[in-house]
Amino acid sequence: MTTLNVNGNLVEVDADPSTPILWALRDNLDLTGTKFGCGAALCGACTVHLDGHATRSCVTPISAAVGKSITTIEAIAEDPLGARVQAAWVKHDVAQCGYCQSGQIMSAVALLKAVRAPKDEDIDNAMAGNICRCGTYQRIRAAIKDAAHVA
Amino acid sequence: MRIDFDAAGLARFARAASGADEARQPRARAVPFDRRSFLKVSTLAGGGLLLGFALPGSVPAALAEEAAAPMPKGPLQPNAFIRINPDNTVEILSNRLEFGQGTQTALPMLIAEELDVDWANVRGLLAPAGDAYKDPVFGIQITGGSTALHNSWEQYRRMGAAARMMLISAAATQWGIAPEEVKAANGKLTAGTRSATYGDMAEAAAAMPVPDQVVLKDPKRYRIIGKPTPRIDGAASTDGSKKFGMDVKLPRMRVAVVKRPPTFGGKVARFDATDAKNIKGVFDVIQVPLDRGASGLAIIADGYYPAIRGRQAVKVEWIDGPGPKLSTPALFAQYRETAKNPAHVALPGDVSKLTTAASTLLAEYEFPYLAHAPMEPLNATFDLRSDSCTVWAGSQFQTVDQAAIAATLGMRPDRVTLNTMPAGGGFGRRAVPTSDYLREAATIAKLYAKGPIKIIWSREDDLQGGYYRPMHVHRAELGFDDAGNVVAWKHAIVGQSIIAGTPFAPMMIKDGVDSTMTEGVVENIYDMPMQVAVTHPELAVPVLWWRSVGNTHTAFVMETLIDEAAHAAKVDPVEFRMARLDPKKHARHRAALKLAVDKSGYGKPLPEGHAFGVAVHEAFGTVVAHVVEVSIENGRPKIHKVTAGVHANRIVNPMTAETQIQGGAVFGLGMTLPGFAITLKDGRVEQTQFSDYPPPRMPDAPPIDVFFVKSDEPPTGLGEPGVPPMAPAIANAVFALTGKRLRRLPFDDLSAT
Repeated sequence: MTTLNVNGNLVEVDADPSTPILWALRDNLDLTGTKFGCGAALCGACTVHLDGHATRSCVTPISAAVGKSITTIEAIAEDPLGARVQAAWVKHDVAQCGYCQSGQIMSAVALLKAVRAPKDEDIDNAMAGNICRCGTYQRIRAAIKDAAHVA
Repeated sequence: MRIDFDAAGLARFARAASGADEARQPRARAVPFDRRSFLKVSTLAGGGLLLGFALPGSVPAALAEEAAAPMPKGPLQPNAFIRINPDNTVEILSNRLEFGQGTQTALPMLIAEELDVDWANVRGLLAPAGDAYKDPVFGIQITGGSTALHNSWEQYRRMGAAARMMLISAAATQWGIAPEEVKAANGKLTAGTRSATYGDMAEAAAAMPVPDQVVLKDPKRYRIIGKPTPRIDGAASTDGSKKFGMDVKLPRMRVAVVKRPPTFGGKVARFDATDAKNIKGVFDVIQVPLDRGASGLAIIADGYYPAIRGRQAVKVEWIDGPGPKLSTPALFAQYRETAKNPAHVALPGDVSKLTTAASTLLAEYEFPYLAHAPMEPLNATFDLRSDSCTVWAGSQFQTVDQAAIAATLGMRPDRVTLNTMPAGGGFGRRAVPTSDYLREAATIAKLYAKGPIKIIWSREDDLQGGYYRPMHVHRAELGFDDAGNVVAWKHAIVGQSIIAGTPFAPMMIKDGVDSTMTEGVVENIYDMPMQVAVTHPELAVPVLWWRSVGNTHTAFVMETLIDEAAHAAKVDPVEFRMARLDPKKHARHRAALKLAVDKSGYGKPLPEGHAFGVAVHEAFGTVVAHVVEVSIENGRPKIHKVTAGVHANRIVNPMTAETQIQGGAVFGLGMTLPGFAITLKDGRVEQTQFSDYPPPRMPDAPPIDVFFVKSDEPPTGLGEPGVPPMAPAIANAVFALTGKRLRRLPFDDLSAT
């Protein structure tokens, strides 16, 4: 049993300690908002926050999360900044298929926590790890700037 | 194994998908309801109205006579399109898969407009596989060819209008007045001082006869159609609540991954699963027959991670698949040779002036295999019972897949419920004539037979599993006169047929030519003295349509060659096109091109080191022109801005329409990026992950401004047409900057030249 702090709750996970956070969330805890896209930290669909830092949950074992806080897309609205980013996503009608957007939002929130008013270059750097095959990048960029300006 | 294909429907789809269907042309008459079909109405359990669409065979004929009769016993054929609930919410079912294109929003907009309801009360749902949900033109349930809004434009509006008339009839009957005295608007029925919501009147309306004739709204009164409308599923995509096929979970469900042979058609010689089975959470390892005579191992576990660990631990010896051990460089060399003497004429034309031309140009183009790589890897969940099966999958081919699953399981199709799950992209990979991944999943479910099971593809499986956009070589020989006019254009294309070996083949391959490969060339829109011929090599690599199909390569060749011809004639490339596009026959091309050019500032001075590039192309009845502003940075084209001019007739939802063109442009840009190719070495696919098959990322994506030509004609599609003109527009800009003609996708590193 591994004890994890997920979205503010302590939960027991009966899985091998090498199990990636992603699969503990999805298969053990039924939190399916965090998505599987590549399993190799190359697409960003699985992004969660580990102690506030954007983390690729598909390659991070649960053993590395013990004693830390995991925040997933399901709880990001509890952070006012997270709620603002979500609202900006809706306002700009960012999502197409929507599959990558949990990860995009988690990366965007982490960016805005670090940089209050990101420039294009900051957005390029912070979001380059998140692939969107639908090609929603332009709207993601606009939504991030919008969420930043409300601050 | 026999599949109950609707051959005529497939043929209609295939014609449309290849752009050959006259019915797709903008001036074609609207498609009426299928005469054999009719609307069917029933009362909802909790009181409310359910308007469906029934077909003989799906309900007993006697029942059909009695519109308000209860549903028959036995397997229910789903047929609902509209549910009006007592709380005045309206559920509208989309008969298409939603995978980003926005039809889960746009199709309900058509019904909501004619029904005249408050959009805030509308819920959009995805219909399962069912005869009632077959495309009214194609006769199969299909999401593809950018056809949803075009083919269901009449169908959906008529259903909305019919439901509205029934609500009016119910109100008129209850209030003892003439129907003409009842006003129905915004979800409310009113007559003088009397009023009721649609929800109040829904149960009574369900007892009204379905009208034979409906009157559709004057488009001048539209308040939903044409209004930029946020996606119905947009908010759910921001909080993790949107459920995809990948997110389906059933009690006692296990997960399976498949260890696949490293060569196409390869088989398991022997295997040792001892280590795999010792891994905690691994339940079993079973040998399974796979697509196209291959075999592999299904690792069945309590979750994806133990299944993957089991896959890593299992030891297998493989028998390589049949045929030569292909390698991409040798294959291209062979294709280039083949292109010198192509086998089948696709467009006869007189190119005799090639021998007497003042000058000639020989241009050879190479296009690699491409994987679709949707963000959500393929998956399907099966709940197999003794005499029925329920499946959850993001299918683009629901009734075809339903039949294939049923055949695999040895059941009648009506025993298989195929629930349509929203898909995380697809781009064609979920519309497979062979139903490859669903047949495999059905086979595993059958062999496992111990309860619900979800079959998941890893990203490696996705990139290595075949069903690629075929690789192609184009060879074009152009002859010019002294003034630089084209006097002969001899064009050859070599590439595997997508259609060969599928149920489409008898209708879609004419005189040895697969029209999905020649679409975008043989239309010869610039009216050149052109001859086109093709060869379709037969190889073991499975191939498939990929967002915009043949146009992914033909548009590149045509639009860069036209640019080249314009330069040969010393005429501005836009003027050159305009001079050759027929004002009547190609008025939509001209309008889209002019709009993009006007909005882009084309021709105006740009910063040093920047240049414009232009391309225009029609795909699936929609014309898109892209004007791109490009510079060269670190040996690569940097796209600063894209201006799109689009002629897609009437735009139902300008918001999702814009996003489709933007997304299409990024998808097209992806074809140019270094490394974006599936290559073979000794019969094995070399790419395994997004690291060696890199799609566009945030820093690659330019701002894309989209402009639509105003039109009142019935809508044409938007899911694909934004893709084709992107790569050629970039290549034309690169030529303007460097004088180098790029004839290969993805682009070579320009710093090396």
